[in-house]
Amino acid sequence: MDSDKRRFLRFMGISTGLVIGSGFLGGLSSALRLGTKLGGSALAAQGAVSGSLISSPSALKAGRWAMAIDLRKFKTNDDYRRCIDACDEIHNIPDIPTGQEIKWVWEEPYENAFPEQQNHYLEKGLKDKPILLMCNQCEYPPCVRVCPTGATFKRRDGIVMMDYHRCIGCRYCMAACPYGSRSFNFQDPRPFIKHICPDYPTRTKGVVEKCDFCAERLDKGLLPACVEASNGAMVFGDLDDPNSDIRKLLSKSFSIRRKPELGTQPSIFYIL
Amino acid sequence: MYDRGKIIAGLVVFAGLTTLPFWYNIGKARVRPDPRLDTPAIRQMKEKHCIESKRFMIEYHMQMLNGWRNAVVRDYKTTYVSTSGQYFTMSLEDTCFHCHSNEKQFCNQCHSYADVKPYCWECHVKPGEEIAHGQR
Repeated sequence: MDSDKRRFLRFMGISTGLVIGSGFLGGLSSALRLGTKLGGSALAAQGAVSGSLISSPSALKAGRWAMAIDLRKFKTNDDYRRCIDACDEIHNIPDIPTGQEIKWVWEEPYENAFPEQQNHYLEKGLKDKPILLMCNQCEYPPCVRVCPTGATFKRRDGIVMMDYHRCIGCRYCMAACPYGSRSFNFQDPRPFIKHICPDYPTRTKGVVEKCDFCAERLDKGLLPACVEASNGAMVFGDLDDPNSDIRKLLSKSFSIRRKPELGTQPSIFYIL
Repeated sequence: MYDRGKIIAGLVVFAGLTTLPFWYNIGKARVRPDPRLDTPAIRQMKEKHCIESKRFMIEYHMQMLNGWRNAVVRDYKTTYVSTSGQYFTMSLEDTCFHCHSNEKQFCNQCHSYADVKPYCWECHVKPGEEIAHGQR
């Protein structure tokens, strides 16, 4: 009886040791495998980057890009349409007539754009005046904080950018954005694009999209499309540069921003 | 040996089933991929040369494009300086498709052969696709 118990304990001891030992060895070997794998792909990556990647010499650079929209200069419907169409055309924005619409630049009545700036005795015409809206390119963007994949991120020049390659369509950013600036592709947008502009990709089903201050144009040395189409009603420039057009305009005109109380520090300024 | 007939018949059926893929494909030699470089832009080139050597492009274009997409979107680097010192805009639409405007005869040749399905085209506009859509 005693000898049986001793044999049993010895057996248990040895088998426990074996299990722990093999687990350790297994972990070691998988770590080694991982090491060689990483080393291998690093080599491949080295091979792939045989040339060097640089930013374009003609790219526009800034500390923090911003836009001032001078609503005094938006008089007719055409003034708004011109800017919106310029954006829609070059960015392949689909025209979906339902609640699943895609918006980069759009217009809303004053009372929707500035709900906290209401009073019963507003200047005549202001209450119904359409306001041109787009992504505010916040200094502290809530969408970037919540994005689980890093698909939306802030560039060094302040632009809140979308990397559609990494977007998984969770729509946290849409819930986080206090300005409704983001749209989700509930379906393949291509059938809703009248003419596909071949220079710019479309989006695909399941990604979120928004205005990105025409980052692709800035990187080529061009101003945003809406600014170009606005005939001077929109001023674009570097907030960090005291001599920039936008700083000069802001220093001599009273401007407001959307929902400043939230502390997101929007980069779009409205001059009424 | 009991049930010899059943056992041998069973074995024959088993062997036949497990080797079915070989029987199925017998005599159907896969056609070697034959990527065509015959496009108007390439025909006009004096020296027919891609942005890097042919061998490098065949072996590494996928890693290269993957690096490009991160560089352009995330690091705002838009220009590729090739090993020969030439500057290229890192863009499928603006650079690659200028010469390789024949997706079916060029890209798809190897991609179909190797059964790889890159999903670039869900967003990036294939050469010629904008015309097809414009007519809708």
